[in-house]
Amino acid sequence: MKKRVLAVLAATMMAGAILVGCGNSSSSSKGTKHSAALVTDGGGIDDKSFNQSAWEGLESWGKSHNLQKGINGYNYAQSTDDSDFLPNINKLVKAKYATIFGIGYKLDNAITKASKANPDVNFAIIDSVVSNRKNVASVTFKTEQSSFLAGVAAAKTTKTNKVGFIGGIQSDVITTFQKGFEQGVKAVNPNIKVDVKYAGSFTKADVGQSLATAMYNNNEDVVYQAAGGTGAGVFTAAKNVAKNGKKVWVIGVDQDQKADGKYKGGNVTLASAIKKVGTAVKDLSNDAMKNKFPGGKTVTYDLKSNGVGLVNDNMSASAWKAVQSYQEKIENGTIEVSAK
Amino acid sequence: MHTKSLKGLTIPLVSVLAGFIVGAILMLIFGYDPLQNYQNLLVGSFGGVYSIGETLRNMISLILTALGFAVASKAGFFNIGGPGQYLIGWFGAIVFTLKFSYLPAIILIIGALLCGALAGGLWSMVAGILRAYFGTSEVITTIMLNYIVLYIVNFAVKSWLAGKGSDSSPNIAAKANLNTPFLQRITDNSTFNWGFFIALAVVGLVWFYFNKTKSGFEIQAVGLNESASQYAGVNVKKTIITAMLISGLLAGLGGAIDGLGNFQNISVSNNLPNVGYNGMAVALLAAENPIGIVFAALLFSALQIGGLSISVYSNTPSEIVDIVIASIIFFVGIKYAFELIAKKGWFKRKNREEKGGAEK
Repeated sequence: MKKRVLAVLAATMMAGAILVGCGNSSSSSKGTKHSAALVTDGGGIDDKSFNQSAWEGLESWGKSHNLQKGINGYNYAQSTDDSDFLPNINKLVKAKYATIFGIGYKLDNAITKASKANPDVNFAIIDSVVSNRKNVASVTFKTEQSSFLAGVAAAKTTKTNKVGFIGGIQSDVITTFQKGFEQGVKAVNPNIKVDVKYAGSFTKADVGQSLATAMYNNNEDVVYQAAGGTGAGVFTAAKNVAKNGKKVWVIGVDQDQKADGKYKGGNVTLASAIKKVGTAVKDLSNDAMKNKFPGGKTVTYDLKSNGVGLVNDNMSASAWKAVQSYQEKIENGTIEVSAK
Repeated sequence: MHTKSLKGLTIPLVSVLAGFIVGAILMLIFGYDPLQNYQNLLVGSFGGVYSIGETLRNMISLILTALGFAVASKAGFFNIGGPGQYLIGWFGAIVFTLKFSYLPAIILIIGALLCGALAGGLWSMVAGILRAYFGTSEVITTIMLNYIVLYIVNFAVKSWLAGKGSDSSPNIAAKANLNTPFLQRITDNSTFNWGFFIALAVVGLVWFYFNKTKSGFEIQAVGLNESASQYAGVNVKKTIITAMLISGLLAGLGGAIDGLGNFQNISVSNNLPNVGYNGMAVALLAAENPIGIVFAALLFSALQIGGLSISVYSNTPSEIVDIVIASIIFFVGIKYAFELIAKKGWFKRKNREEKGGAEK
């Protein structure tokens, strides 16, 4: 038995060596300044939210410069577990991508480590600040501003004076959504109750669905979700309730989520608080191409720079008008939205 | 004996081959090049010291969770608690390292690994005690304990270890890092760490335990027939609890090593760690043989690490690797089914012959 195991092992190794030999000769390509790739934070590039919007940004950057998906072009590496972060980043480094994005604050540890080991590669981290690393650009979004507008939209739409907020995992980043939303609601009507719940996960649609169902049953007729993949369940819950004839709404996040709210007989997406991760990815890739990568700096996107905003999906004209007037006030500094 | 061991190897090898063939057929159907992809997979897992280091590192926790599953399985229990035991082991090790960071490196590391292993063991023992004294199905309890530990650990990390606004603990002191600068240098900055040698030593220990000790023999006896072992004077309750304790110790150690060697911190998790479930698959592929587990873990690890390369070097989605892995498990499972059918069929024929004989 032992001999057999050894023989099999030896055979595998030999086959391996032969194939490895071939592999090296065929993939001896060198990287160019015009290549960029991203690593997802747990969801796929089809999560209809955060990762997807980053990927679409990278894709559109690649296409606008006539690049191919793959080596010397643009690409992604998908993480299914936190232990995939560093291997994924290193894979992309080995494949000579010039700029590598960590999508989401969960990757900040891995990006810090990789940036130390590879000082010649450009790294960017979204939603987190990695300081003191000359080759790391940090990108943050003033999502409290877009969430404030979401709060205004919710307050102008609710009939029951009760609205809900569902977050993914409680952390600095998601707290900005919650705080902005609460301030927006209170600015319109201080008597409206905001029910805040956290799902404890960005990937559990079932938890999102049960939290949202409970909220709708409690007569909270507008729910704002900032929960990534968990948010898909909020839409499912809203559509189920809406099919039974109750008028309820979801405010989407990160991307325009109008399509997710569609059901036979209507649409439950009131508005979407978009966060243009894709624009950030695109901008930084362009900067890197022009040798102007903002390494060591923090780039902030806000309402004024059109990095965050609220998209009108199914709002009433008066609600949309209110949103626009508040947007003006935030942009010219009359209203200061606190992130905490 | 000789033919039996040959047969024992045939099932996993055929399953692995069949898994790869299914993957290749799927790739052909969807217009991807299977040869190119398998080559990328191989280069991604064994091409160069970095990839080898990464593959070997990924093996560590697979080996340990698989051994954990195997020990319980030999005693006749289906311990699905691997993910939870791994997670609490990871948590235990990080807590120990953070709270006793003033200890000298070697004591700190040993203490952290023991603390993690013990946390996993005690957690798993809960299911063992319930099974031994109340006959509660360990399948149900271990699944439920997984979720309890997931949320307890998330809560503890969030409210106790993590700084304000963060959802992960601070990093442990560099001296407790199992991925030492020396190993980083020789493996081109991979996450390969000393835990690999610990895992191999544990494989030897488990093999020794089953083949050379009374307690190991008792576990297998209870697995084969509980009542008969009791009749033969084995303390069944104690054996059940011991088996679950060891099972959890091993999975917990896996988490502890990953905590110190790979992550260096612990953060709030979305889900239970996949490695706990993959360990079960590794153990099944190896038919719970400790030596076989090493090779099965090597295969799974190579598939996972190499799989990350697939989408980097081609347009093929990396999920294809999950399909290959799932197919391998499926074929291992279906092989058992074939054997069962073959056996039943054979019995039927024999019965008929005997009946026929009696009528004459």
